[in-house]
Amino acid sequence: MLRADVSPSRALRKNKAQTGDLVQLLTPDGVRREDPVYDPVVADVDDEQLTGLYEDMVVVRRFDTEAVALQRQGQLGLWPPLLGQEAAQIGSARALRDDDFVFTSYRENGVAYCRGAQPADLMRVWRGTALAGWDPRSIGMATPQVMIGSQTLHATGYALGCVKDGVDSAVVAYFGDGATSKGDVHEAMVFAASFQAPVVFFCQNNQWAISEPVGLQAQRPIADRAPGLGIPSIRVDGNDVLAVMAATRVALDRARRGDGPTFIEAVTYRMGPHTTSDDPTRYVDPADKELWAAKDPIARLEKFLTIPDDRVADITSKADAFATAMREACYALPDPEPLSVFDHVLVEPTPDLIRQRSQYAAYLEMFEGGEG
Amino acid sequence: MGTMTMAAALNDGLRHALDDDPSVVLLGEDIGQLGGVFRVTDGLQRDFGADRVMDTPLAEAGIMGVAVGLAYRGYRPVVEIQFDGFVYPAVDQLVTQVARIHYRTGGAVTMPITVRIPYGGGIGAVEHHSESPEAYFAHTPGLRVVTCANPQDAHTMIRQAIACDDPVVFFEPKRRYWVKGEVSDELVGALALDRARVVVEGTDVTLAAYGPLVVTARDAALAALDDGLSVEVVDLRSLSPLDLDTLEVSVRKTGRLVVTHEAQRSGGLGAEIAASIVDRCFDVLKAAPVRVTGFDTPYPAAKSEDHFLPDLDRLLDAVDRVMGRAHSLTGWRAS
Repeated sequence: MLRADVSPSRALRKNKAQTGDLVQLLTPDGVRREDPVYDPVVADVDDEQLTGLYEDMVVVRRFDTEAVALQRQGQLGLWPPLLGQEAAQIGSARALRDDDFVFTSYRENGVAYCRGAQPADLMRVWRGTALAGWDPRSIGMATPQVMIGSQTLHATGYALGCVKDGVDSAVVAYFGDGATSKGDVHEAMVFAASFQAPVVFFCQNNQWAISEPVGLQAQRPIADRAPGLGIPSIRVDGNDVLAVMAATRVALDRARRGDGPTFIEAVTYRMGPHTTSDDPTRYVDPADKELWAAKDPIARLEKFLTIPDDRVADITSKADAFATAMREACYALPDPEPLSVFDHVLVEPTPDLIRQRSQYAAYLEMFEGGEG
Repeated sequence: MGTMTMAAALNDGLRHALDDDPSVVLLGEDIGQLGGVFRVTDGLQRDFGADRVMDTPLAEAGIMGVAVGLAYRGYRPVVEIQFDGFVYPAVDQLVTQVARIHYRTGGAVTMPITVRIPYGGGIGAVEHHSESPEAYFAHTPGLRVVTCANPQDAHTMIRQAIACDDPVVFFEPKRRYWVKGEVSDELVGALALDRARVVVEGTDVTLAAYGPLVVTARDAALAALDDGLSVEVVDLRSLSPLDLDTLEVSVRKTGRLVVTHEAQRSGGLGAEIAASIVDRCFDVLKAAPVRVTGFDTPYPAAKSEDHFLPDLDRLLDAVDRVMGRAHSLTGWRAS
């Protein structure tokens, strides 16, 4: 079940990063596949729970779409859409406990939703009123990381702290395929393996690092990077919410048992642009995108589940309500006070910063006086 | 506690910090069984365990990033960077993460990380083992940058740095590791971490120095007495923030400033100090401030470092210059 060893035949395989066996429990056509290894892990997930995951994905897609619209309307400076990656984010985040902690990149707004981020929390950073949307400790999720891959080390360090504290909390580091080229991600895996840290390296391979295809980052399946460092890995269909949950549960269970880190490659596809500033028509083959549209994570659950109409209506209205609340929260966010730019550089401001603040205040007052 | 070397004082200061606070964790390369390449952590792993004094993989970015995660979890990591020139892989984590997480989170998450870096030249080392990168960090908001110049300050300041809730880059002047001095473990009444100290009083010239050059500056002040000059030496101790108030009081008394560091001149701390003092003391200055620094070259090979490093004679030459006496540049023309 885990790709702990690398066989010679695999080493000789030529077909680059796209190949490899995927854990898949629900086919794109909505057919439940039996899997003797992973079925028991999600045996408790009944139709009601699956409908809950479906609801999460619908809500997340709805507010993600709303955020793109807000950016297009000039209300947000930027937004990184997660369209197409709902199952990877919901399936993994819903496997977590409250006392677990996650360190993510900027695209994991679906994870943030699961952790309990409120509508306004999702807006602050992208509207530019703050550098963080929430207090990390209040929802067990660090401020999403803008630097690529840096957070994997933070996750590893946090996980070492959990061990020192004698608790069985686990940590998930979320990052993309591009990040796996970074030294920090490699070093994080080395540290995690050396100290058997209870951390899950959750890579959403969405096939793109802005315009660069995953083949530019890796000549082998991304999941094959970890075993060389002594970390077993799982390659899972990232558009299959049930399979993602199963894989994440296996990894979290290993972490809690003291068996150390696990690497998960969730194979998915970024259906939208890198961010609202990007123009994927310059590099995405429309035919390729069509192929992935047929593997849509929400559509496959609709095919598999029979959800009563009134429940569908409830879910739609809940999604709309969240999106509306987010839009209203966005409009309501106050601009920061001018002098707040000086706050929180250090716990106690330095004399020189107090001086700069006071000089700038005097400068501002000059204008106010002049206009009055 | 008696007389000890700076290395021993740092070791004992770390021991106190580990004793005082269970959240203190040391991370670094070779700091465990070996006790660090300079033996500053000697015996600490034996006495506090490998959980609290951790030998890490050989990856500075990794050490720094893992320290961030530990701080997130409530720990107080003390990172050792083995040599000054090895810090660069960790600069990304230090500048984009350690320095900013408190600001980024609006004060919700503190980063009480201490980064110990043996720095400076004068030990005849190979490349990347003699650098003075302090200006990079002093230029970075969100970091405190300090350096000790004697065993007592080493002992006190390392404990203050670790207890500080802000990230502190703690530069240790490696060529002074073996200088001995009296050390007391009394913290009450100790000078605050961000304050400079007048170590020699004088009336003609203020000589601002820090770290390895404080000893040199004191020697220069002593030598200047023979020429009838009274030099006041200020040990800056804190490089970010600078204790400009203490420096201003001194310059208002003397009217003249010489500032010295081993680090290269351009964009260095000497420029910041000179500009700040001109800003504050323009009305009393009797001469333009003079900088005595390393040259704007990479750190040279060991047999050339005596030319690169400011020494007693270069300091005295600068003192003559600000005094308007004959000096090395009298009558000098660019050729």
